[in-house]
Amino acid sequence: MSILINKNTRVMTQGMTGRVGQFHTAGCIAYANGANCFVAGVTPGKGGQNFEGVPVYDSVREAKDQTGATVSVIYVPPAYAAAAIDEAVEADLDLVICITEGIPVHDMLRTRYKMQGRRTRLIGPNCPGLITPDEIKIGIMPGHIHKKGRIGVVSRSGTLTYEAVGQLTALGMGQSSCVGIGGDPVNGMKHLDVLQLFNDDPETDAVVMVGEIGGSDEEACARWIKDNMVKPVVGFIAGITAPPGKRMGHAGAIISGGVGGADDKLAVMEACGIHITRNPAEMGRVMKKILKG
Amino acid sequence: MKIHEYQGKEILRQYGVPTPRGVACLGVDEAVAAARSLGGAVWVVKAQIHAGGRGKGGGVKVAHSIDEVRAAAVEILGMHLVTHQTGPAGQVVRRLLIEEGAKIAREFYVGMVIDRDAQRVALIVSPDGGTDIEEVARSRPQSIHTWRTDPVAGLTADVAASAARQIGIPETAIDEAVVVLQGLYRAFVEKDAMLAEINPLVLTDDGRVLALDAKFNFDSNALYRHPEIVALRDLDEEDPAEIEASKFDLSYISLDGDIACLVNGAGLAMATMDIIKLYGGNPANFLDVGGGASREKVTEAFKLMLKNPGLKAVLVNIFGGIMKCDVIAEGIVAAVREVHLSVPLVVRLEGTNVDLGRKILAESGLPIISGGDMADAAQKVVAAARNT
Repeated sequence: MSILINKNTRVMTQGMTGRVGQFHTAGCIAYANGANCFVAGVTPGKGGQNFEGVPVYDSVREAKDQTGATVSVIYVPPAYAAAAIDEAVEADLDLVICITEGIPVHDMLRTRYKMQGRRTRLIGPNCPGLITPDEIKIGIMPGHIHKKGRIGVVSRSGTLTYEAVGQLTALGMGQSSCVGIGGDPVNGMKHLDVLQLFNDDPETDAVVMVGEIGGSDEEACARWIKDNMVKPVVGFIAGITAPPGKRMGHAGAIISGGVGGADDKLAVMEACGIHITRNPAEMGRVMKKILKG
Repeated sequence: MKIHEYQGKEILRQYGVPTPRGVACLGVDEAVAAARSLGGAVWVVKAQIHAGGRGKGGGVKVAHSIDEVRAAAVEILGMHLVTHQTGPAGQVVRRLLIEEGAKIAREFYVGMVIDRDAQRVALIVSPDGGTDIEEVARSRPQSIHTWRTDPVAGLTADVAASAARQIGIPETAIDEAVVVLQGLYRAFVEKDAMLAEINPLVLTDDGRVLALDAKFNFDSNALYRHPEIVALRDLDEEDPAEIEASKFDLSYISLDGDIACLVNGAGLAMATMDIIKLYGGNPANFLDVGGGASREKVTEAFKLMLKNPGLKAVLVNIFGGIMKCDVIAEGIVAAVREVHLSVPLVVRLEGTNVDLGRKILAESGLPIISGGDMADAAQKVVAAARNT
């Protein structure tokens, strides 16, 4: 098992005929069972073409009907990406992963509003995607740093997720699934949503949770963990040294109105029983120590 | 992206929100002429900088004669205005807004933000206007009220009226207050704002509602569809290093330390700053070169970091995913040769093609200190900075 995706997941790529979409789709097809998993592409007006043998359709609905794909990954440029999510939601896909960075926040507000009461889950936008090692990779992360195992990873960042995964792998701890939920202020699944899935997954023993400054998602997740989580969680928050009022790269990484500071998040997480570290080089070692416990 | 108060008020007026009459000026004579043309007996001379707390810092003066307008303009123009939002160095005042004075009966706070948790636009109102709203939130949280809006219905007249009554706007002024709140909401949504504040919104002696201040912050991801907002950008108000960085699509923020860092990815860049601090150093900047950094981009990043005169050492921390370590290593070598780096450089490479990358650095003949993992690299750069 794993969460959200596995070797039997069937995926379509929205924006597959663009340069970015082609590059990353090729990388995903080459990883583990990717050649069987990636079954369709969607680019309006380019139906009938194909890329590396994967057929392209004009719409998400058509791609779903023709191939049975229930998951989509989006590389559509920012001005059109929210509409691409809307299309996937209207086609009742199970899961949409939006890699695109730079979507206007008001577009995401409208998209999230339309998603209420629908079956589709959203990961991202502005995220690296997710991976179940040795089975399937949907997104832009380097597959080779991962190792199959029993640690879940959830993070708002891209390369900092790779850092956490790299440390786990180097210390011999493989991963069940790794989920990048993205760095935007208005997004789909939160830390809490992913932690719930890891808690219920019989093949996940523990979780590394990587957050960053901005918003209060990590605090909400920590409170849920305190009351519900039966597995150990290691936590790190990036941005202890970030000045308030400055957007630190990610649109969502900003301390505003006195909310979203790293120290406050870490204090709540520690009080809720999360094994926090203030040293980003220690995430793997802290986990190792707990599992030996 | 932030704009000036006078620009924010122009936007508010476009959406039917009443403001005092005013003129933006660059010089003292211009300010005096503006006061004369506005007429009346009382004027307000307001420093225009992209930071709040201007009144407390001495950047807002009330004048009761043309001579007082001139004296206030002379005093404020060119001053280093220090507020809780500018940092200790302050911001040089280059522009003034000269406004007709208003007879204020009461002051309120109204603002709009993106509520991240609710994923809605939130209207925030308070009867405690005219002061720092963050301070109000700390000392009297019960006086701050939040109304979340439905993106389809928008801010309805009913909700706007209820919010206005809640903060004590009298019945005679409710209709005007509804116009203000709905105008602010429409401006917020149609202009893709992340923050919009009127602080204070005032009730005048004669029962009118007026926006005495206007603060906007726009979503930089949405500027592509707002050339009219981009036209309001004032580069004098921004950090020159951050402007330079944005030309090369680098995400850069100046900090006050002496160890520069160059990292791929925003989260890892923050974590790199954090670990430098953790081992006793002080980061000089946040710098994310992004996922597809080319040799040219790395060179520009080095040039940018080296403009900092107090720099003592540089740490490069790259976790190669899509970006291959050998490509970044070639970029580092080329950049170091081009910029004649004179402070110690620690490089930590991990990820795709890491062995090739390390080999390129080792064979370059350059005095590059190799960092093992993140902790090792951070310790080495802190030690190197101490010895510089």
